[in-house]
Amino acid sequence: MSSDAMTVGDAPTAASAGQRVTVRYFAWVRERVGRAEEQIALPADVATVGELARWLATRGPEYAEAFRRADVVRAALDQVHVKPSAPLAGAREVAFFPPVTGG
Amino acid sequence: MAVRVQQEPFEAAAEIQALTRGRTDVGGVVTFTGLVRGDVAGRPLVSLTLEHYPGMTEAELGRIEAEARVRFELLDCLVVHRVGSLQPGEEIVLVVTLSQHRQAAFEAAEFLMDFLKTRAPFWKKETFADGEGNWVDARDSDSAAQARWDGASAIQK
Repeated sequence: MSSDAMTVGDAPTAASAGQRVTVRYFAWVRERVGRAEEQIALPADVATVGELARWLATRGPEYAEAFRRADVVRAALDQVHVKPSAPLAGAREVAFFPPVTGG
Repeated sequence: MAVRVQQEPFEAAAEIQALTRGRTDVGGVVTFTGLVRGDVAGRPLVSLTLEHYPGMTEAELGRIEAEARVRFELLDCLVVHRVGSLQPGEEIVLVVTLSQHRQAAFEAAEFLMDFLKTRAPFWKKETFADGEGNWVDARDSDSAAQARWDGASAIQK
């Protein structure tokens, strides 16, 4: 989805200092965090989706609760499903949500 | 080929008519309609609220539909999914597949539903008479249903 140059299979690289991403939350992750989205300037040591989730969990009790079951929370990068190892470099939008239950 | 996400109800018969009007190459139409069940383990449900991820939902449904078109000899297909607050008995999802021969339409409809249930970013929240809300948990049986498509389809192109 992203037009930024980033080849699948690249090793995670450090996000550019202060890279800003929109973080969106859905369903019970949204309810526990207490907001639907926010703008985040990525810390220098956060390079992957999984590292972002672990960093978010340290931001307060509501975040800790939302990310308590870290193995259950799923993620998308620029509106495509990704694994926790996915690098954030070049991303504009990251989303965290429970396993989907449509249909 | 189309995917739609909407609040308003859909009319399956009208959708089929729109898909088949003027065509003489269609040998079979398969439709699946998902409805809101009125109870959860014997507990009466007041409403079911469907949340989704605008933008990604349409993109993911489009990717699932594109995969179905690669795997099956489809003449056309349609996926309609409702969002918002729904009452028991109301329709949630519609899948319509058209093919020359029935097997492709049957298989593609199952494929679309299995992938929609495990990939499309929708979340259901149940509301009960006492006002309690409960986010529906993903079911292992849905993941198993999706996993069976990992092998080659019997009617792959």
